[in-house]
Amino acid sequence: MKYLCLVYFEPKIWDSMPQPEIDALQVESLAYDETLQAQGVFLAADALHPTETATTVRVRNGEPIITDGPFAETKEVLGGFILINAKDLNAALQIAAGIPLARYGSVEVRPIMEF
Amino acid sequence: MNIPSPIQAAVQAVYEHESRRVLATLVRLLGDFDLAEEALQDAFATALAQWPNQGIPANPRAWLVSVGRNKAVDALRRRARHDTALGSLAHELSSTPMPSEAWAEDADIPDDRLRLMFTCCHPALSLEAQVALTLRTVCGLTTEAIASGFLLPAPTLAQRIVRAKAKIRTAGIPYEEPARADLPSRLHAVLNVVYLIFNEGYFASSGEAATRPDLSGEAIRLGRLLAELLPEPEVHGLLALMLLQDSRRAARSQPDGQPILLEEQNRSQWDAQWIGEGLEYARRALAAQPAGSYALQAAIAAQHAKAATYAQTDWAQIVALYDALLQVQPSPVVELNRAVAVAMRDGPAAGLILVDGLLAGEALHAYALAHAARADLLRRMGEREAAQAAYQRALALTEQEPQRVFLRERLRQLES
Repeated sequence: MKYLCLVYFEPKIWDSMPQPEIDALQVESLAYDETLQAQGVFLAADALHPTETATTVRVRNGEPIITDGPFAETKEVLGGFILINAKDLNAALQIAAGIPLARYGSVEVRPIMEF
Repeated sequence: MNIPSPIQAAVQAVYEHESRRVLATLVRLLGDFDLAEEALQDAFATALAQWPNQGIPANPRAWLVSVGRNKAVDALRRRARHDTALGSLAHELSSTPMPSEAWAEDADIPDDRLRLMFTCCHPALSLEAQVALTLRTVCGLTTEAIASGFLLPAPTLAQRIVRAKAKIRTAGIPYEEPARADLPSRLHAVLNVVYLIFNEGYFASSGEAATRPDLSGEAIRLGRLLAELLPEPEVHGLLALMLLQDSRRAARSQPDGQPILLEEQNRSQWDAQWIGEGLEYARRALAAQPAGSYALQAAIAAQHAKAATYAQTDWAQIVALYDALLQVQPSPVVELNRAVAVAMRDGPAAGLILVDGLLAGEALHAYALAHAARADLLRRMGEREAAQAAYQRALALTEQEPQRVFLRERLRQLES
């Protein structure tokens, strides 16, 4: 099965984190992607720019409505994702628990719909 | 009914003893809870039709699994006319080699009930869903019975079960026992569900008892099943704890449902057989070091079970056990229980110092039972007015009617 691991965290964690720690976390995150690649479970992963750069689109009555930022103001925001292939939810949860940012925020694991 | 009643009775007996185990195996073979439940019903309907003529098979369990599986494949084929995906599932199932013939006599099917329990109690399901699904599939209770057990409308409960099954299927929750490394935390979740079911039954008000299923009994049955399939120390600990608590069932409340304190219970009404069994499981649970939380709670219950009277209880031992329990499971309520045990060991004044310390903290500040414990200590010290004030404080903090009746009774006794 395919699962999308959505990585959420509070953007302000970076404010209080010393630069060497941020660098180490980035190195660790990239290394984890490579580990998953080596295990053959990795499909895709990316980090997102902060929500200040986000633009929201809705279509109402056929007209696109463009607004600045995300719809809701929440503390934890989507900061990145990893798409994986896993045998079952237990395997997916194990992979999700290994994502370095899970120690700072949370990872939502969602099964991908198969048609 | 034109079926001879002895056969009906035999089918009924097989249903009671085997249906859960057959269901657990059908879920494994068919990979789907609903399909397995239908297959189970079909298999028993076939048994009712065939056994009167052909006799009861030598291995009814294997017969039921084999018939149930074949019925499911037939049903999938019929539905495949409308849904091609089901057709390929039916094909896959029927082409998978099935050692059904090999099961005919002595060859036994593995017991799948443990994986059933671990799947029903998977942490990806809400606790409410875990409880409902366990009672429905592992215990075989009807949706209506579970709903009445938890005082919920039946449709609410039914929806909970439907959603849980849908999540198992869609999110890919596996039907398997956890890996050894995950066992402690996963087992903890299973034990938590079992103990929750036990407590729901144990503290149920007696007024509705007639219409409510015996949830404590179901929990003890689950505990026995776990002890048989997975004899881990904490499993023995929980089973011991439930047996020892349940041994006091007849003595712990008045006919009107009003609770009777441990101190005032007629100990001759305690169930000696339950106690004997509970003490044995407690011994096994405590053989492993360090002792887990259920083992220690069972050990405390065992001290009470062994004591001839409340006063003759080994309070020093109980204080030591609470100390150990606080190491594994720090909690203000455990500290309160420890303070009460200290009061029994060293006198009420020693207990009062501890209770006052706890009441000064945030956690128990507005906890009625803490104020009731304080009131009780003051009463024993002869501090009548202070005791009255503390009982009043406790009364103001609780909405639970049995507690209120008890506290008012204590106040009335202090008046006279």
